[in-house]
Amino acid sequence: MILIASLFIAAIVLFVLLRLLPGDPANALLGVGATQQQIAAARAQVGSDQPLYVQFVSFIGNLARLDLGTSFVSRASVLGEIGNRMSVTLPLTFFGFVVALVLAIPLGILAAVRSDKWYGAAISVISQLGIAIPVFWVGILLVTLFSINLRWLPSGGFPLKGWANFGEAITGMILPSLTIGLVMGASLLRYVRAATLDVLGSDFLRTARALGASFPEALIRHGVRNGAVPVISILGIELASTFLGAVVIERVFSLPGLGSMLLLAIQQRDYPNVQGVLFISTLLVLLIGFAADIAQRLIDPRLRGRGRALA
Amino acid sequence: MSSATMTAPADKKSHSLALMAGILLVGLHVAIGLLTLVWLPYDPTAMAGGRLEGPSLLHWLGTDRLGRDLFTQMMIGSRIALIVGVGAVAIGAVIGVTLGLLAAFASKWLDDALAATLDILIAFPTLLIAMLVVAASDTANLWSAIVALGIALSAIVARLTRILAKRVLVMDYITAARTSGSSWPKIVAIHILPNIWPTLSVNFALQFGLAVIAEASLSYLGLGAPPPNASWGRILQEAQGTVYTAPLGAIAPGIALVSLAIGVNLLADGLRDAIDPTRRAR
Repeated sequence: MILIASLFIAAIVLFVLLRLLPGDPANALLGVGATQQQIAAARAQVGSDQPLYVQFVSFIGNLARLDLGTSFVSRASVLGEIGNRMSVTLPLTFFGFVVALVLAIPLGILAAVRSDKWYGAAISVISQLGIAIPVFWVGILLVTLFSINLRWLPSGGFPLKGWANFGEAITGMILPSLTIGLVMGASLLRYVRAATLDVLGSDFLRTARALGASFPEALIRHGVRNGAVPVISILGIELASTFLGAVVIERVFSLPGLGSMLLLAIQQRDYPNVQGVLFISTLLVLLIGFAADIAQRLIDPRLRGRGRALA
Repeated sequence: MSSATMTAPADKKSHSLALMAGILLVGLHVAIGLLTLVWLPYDPTAMAGGRLEGPSLLHWLGTDRLGRDLFTQMMIGSRIALIVGVGAVAIGAVIGVTLGLLAAFASKWLDDALAATLDILIAFPTLLIAMLVVAASDTANLWSAIVALGIALSAIVARLTRILAKRVLVMDYITAARTSGSSWPKIVAIHILPNIWPTLSVNFALQFGLAVIAEASLSYLGLGAPPPNASWGRILQEAQGTVYTAPLGAIAPGIALVSLAIGVNLLADGLRDAIDPTRRAR
């Protein structure tokens, strides 16, 4: 129920935001110097001559049937185009997320357990950069180093044939994924470290140690499960923001993903494309948040009684 | 790096060190930003030298692909970043605090509806909302970017204000003030705002950093202010194509951005500890 209600509110927000865009969407269909009849025909075709409430009802109805219409510019199916673009954005998000996890979890725990050592302190300081550094700049620096100076990897682009050209597609993914992973990993690390510090100061860990468990044993048996709960909710937020933040990264590496589709659609005032990308993104973001919520309940039985979120 | 001491927050001295570093970094940008109002080394729009010159005594950071002095552009970048940060936070604060207070005072169902809407708005990242609003304004200028970011930030401010205000509203002294005849506007002005202000102002400092980075991203995407507004994001975008011959153009604006964002964050951390000495930062 909550998921559907959230989607409904998101659809309203989307509708309002899109009607804020100036100019009639029908203009996208017309050339310069179109006649009155042509304008009227175009408006009838895209439905912008209808009253707002009619537009809203058909908007919601179409979304509910996942009918996202066709692009004003290319006349291609919006859902089909989104599917194509997803084949770039989803792997990119996934690899970036994996890099972030691989970096953040061990380093975050290390920074907390060894906070009295110089390297524990150094890890924490470097992770502070994560919230202050623009992701596109990290991308530019990595390109400068690995593509231009060392010439190890391509500076951007994606094979026209997509994943059919597997080798080229994978090498095109390395630098963008690394960029996302580094920045996301740095901010994630701060939460892992904080959660670990909480666990280290907890009574249950002291009790486990008093009952004879060794430090690593106590940390793994009791610490991970307790520390994971706050980290997972952050993971959900980070995953969602990475997915949506891909728009900037795709620009740095000229990747034909969902982000570049949105940017182009905004520039061309291609309403169906803008609306489709935003709706599908919102759907995914809500689903990710939902999955994080369920994962937390699985790990922490205490949360299970806390009302039902299941739709 | 002076901020190395930040990791031992229990230590009082390190707090003041972080605060000092924050004040220094932000102060430097403010000083440069103010200086640009009265003096610039070169005309920012004119060719000041050859194309893509390296750093020299005449051009401290060299020149860009149109022969403009890079250091001059960077100085203007400081001013623009500060205007964007202050402007966006001011707009976000006015809208956010008003909405947050309304929600806190509203009836149960209206409060629930506002809270749910805010949660969803926050799920939309700042940058996407800003992209849409900038696209919505016919001519992209600095103000459309500032308004866009302000609106995007207001959802975060509103949520925080609502939570903080609700916490104050259940206090006994509010009931006491009500029974002794104080009106709601008076209670907001005397009891609520002063109580929630410390936490809010620290949050504003963090939002400032977010706004500066978001504006740079917008400019990088080509949705920011047009020339001659030399935003760091646009300098970066222009320099990306010539990174091999003139790497400084792609490095310097990034360092400026990071130093301002870190400075503001250090300032926020320091302020939080100064306001609430009992808080144990981690």
